[in-house]
Amino acid sequence: MTQPVSNCPNCGAKIVFQWSSSVQTVCPYCKSILVRTDVDLKKVGQVADLPPDSSPIQLNTEGVYRNKAFVVGGRILYEYDQGGWNEWHITMNDGTSAWLSDAQNEYAISFASNTTGLPPAQQVQVGQQYNWNNQNYTVSVITQAHYRGVEGELPFQYWDKTDVTFADLRSQTGKFATLDFSDDQTALYLGEFVEFDDLKLKNLSSFEGW
Amino acid sequence: MSAGTPPLSTPPKPQAKALNCPQCGAAITLRALGHAETVVCESCHSVLDAKDPNLQILQKFQVITGEVPPLIPLGTRGKLRGTDYEVIGFQRRGIKVEGISYYWHEYVLFNPYKPIRYLTEYNGHWNDISVCKELPIVQFASANYLGEVYKHFQSSDASTNYVLGEFPWQVRVGEHAAVTEYVKPPRVLSAEKTASEVTWSLGEYTYGTDIWKSFNLPGSPPEAIGVYENEPSPVSQNVTGIWGAFLAFAILLFLLMVGFDLASSKGTAFESTYSLNAGEPKGEASFVTQPFDLEGRTSNVEVATSANVSNSWIYLNYALINQDTGQAWDFGREVSYYYGSDSDGSWSEGSTKDSVVIPSVPAGHYYLRIEPEVDPNHRPISYSVEVKRNVTVPGFFGIAFLALLLPAIAITWRSISFERARWSESDHPPMQIGNTE
Repeated sequence: MTQPVSNCPNCGAKIVFQWSSSVQTVCPYCKSILVRTDVDLKKVGQVADLPPDSSPIQLNTEGVYRNKAFVVGGRILYEYDQGGWNEWHITMNDGTSAWLSDAQNEYAISFASNTTGLPPAQQVQVGQQYNWNNQNYTVSVITQAHYRGVEGELPFQYWDKTDVTFADLRSQTGKFATLDFSDDQTALYLGEFVEFDDLKLKNLSSFEGW
Repeated sequence: MSAGTPPLSTPPKPQAKALNCPQCGAAITLRALGHAETVVCESCHSVLDAKDPNLQILQKFQVITGEVPPLIPLGTRGKLRGTDYEVIGFQRRGIKVEGISYYWHEYVLFNPYKPIRYLTEYNGHWNDISVCKELPIVQFASANYLGEVYKHFQSSDASTNYVLGEFPWQVRVGEHAAVTEYVKPPRVLSAEKTASEVTWSLGEYTYGTDIWKSFNLPGSPPEAIGVYENEPSPVSQNVTGIWGAFLAFAILLFLLMVGFDLASSKGTAFESTYSLNAGEPKGEASFVTQPFDLEGRTSNVEVATSANVSNSWIYLNYALINQDTGQAWDFGREVSYYYGSDSDGSWSEGSTKDSVVIPSVPAGHYYLRIEPEVDPNHRPISYSVEVKRNVTVPGFFGIAFLALLLPAIAITWRSISFERARWSESDHPPMQIGNTE
């Protein structure tokens, strides 16, 4: 399969999309945020320098989830008043798109759900219960976060956000859910917590002394 | 790998970043890289914003003099359950119960790849704690976590009153959390509730000596005082199991007893009755019986004597003699029976019957030599002697039964005392024994 190739409209660097469904990427050289159009790439923004990285995961980190190999293609970095977390966009070797979240080295993998009839932000409170796909979830925390930056390829345009609200839901079995209220239409992600060692990650960041 | 990938040329970050405290100028070491939200100056105890390049001061707090330093110094590395961790933060938290303050210490453990872990220490009792990913179900006075029931131990309001080093959250002295603890030794499940969030964590009781080994600390850990909420009972097995085993062995013992009784070739090997006329003989004359056979494997022999004594006695010197080998068992038995009445009513003492069991008598041809002694002024006495092979001795089984019963009772007692000590510190203290209020 030939990967789609273009040039950065800002600095002219060659941009190769690793995942054919990517909608947005960041030029690795000039940090321009680029959105794909039918013919070429359009610069829509510029990524400010991301804070020093504390996540062991980085672009091109590879791992295994449920016997499927995946590779990290992009990320969104969020911050809130108690810290920050990364949502790494991963693609499975069967083409599925998923998210590997890393919140202070607590890892979870989730998939976008097409469930409809999701509640708007103002209806959701800590302790509330929902049932999706025959699984009960309880809202454990509602986080007001702000978008801190993006990196790499993403399956949608994501560059003009400021403040976003998320509700995290937990279950009695290690399954978890996230309600994302950043768009008009609430989005739901369903997934589960995963152990670092189980993901068999390669191409990780190295930390001196560790 | 495609050309669109940025080169991974960023040099590895230094292990610890050196900065200075804006308050006192002392060196501040950041060990947890980007994970630290707050860092507390070890010199002036200002709480600083670890995310701010200028380490903005967030809080200053008064340090109580005589504050004990962390038992595991900040920066110490150790291996817990196969993973290396570095101690990056330390805090003292306390609760107040009936006007008395209790304090414990918490150590924040960091590894750049793994979730944050904690160690807590109270009076020499340690717990290895990690945050729960699964949500426990709270029932009336218990919590169900991953299918296991934890009993409610204590609900309290915990406040932070001393902090040192780095924390991956916004820590402040004086902050409060409602802590509810549920125990299933050796584990403790706790919920920490703040205004915005409930965090569940699971702790596993860990011995100080293991912590010392893990972190390669000099000397020995402080001695553990008292019984801690999730300390495993020194009674290794559970008490129900002990009694189950006891019951099983008791049944086995009973079956053995019955089995032996049924299987043994019991039977009277010899029986005879003798009489002594009044006043004769003087009791020195001995005689031998007819020979009889004792059969089967080496086994016991019962010699039963009965005599029509009445306010009198007879003493019989016996010898059981093997005709073939000459081996002899000498023994003396007394049969005496007295009765009467006095101011307290009627009384009696002794019995007209006596029995003795001789263990381990091989098969063979035997006879008895009998030498009776009686009161010189006796009335006519008749006595009979019966020799029985393979009698069941309940006493032996009784000893075996006791040997089973006593440990079970001892273990139960130890277990009950330990659990009483544990729960006396909880919100559900056991009733006081002997307390008559």
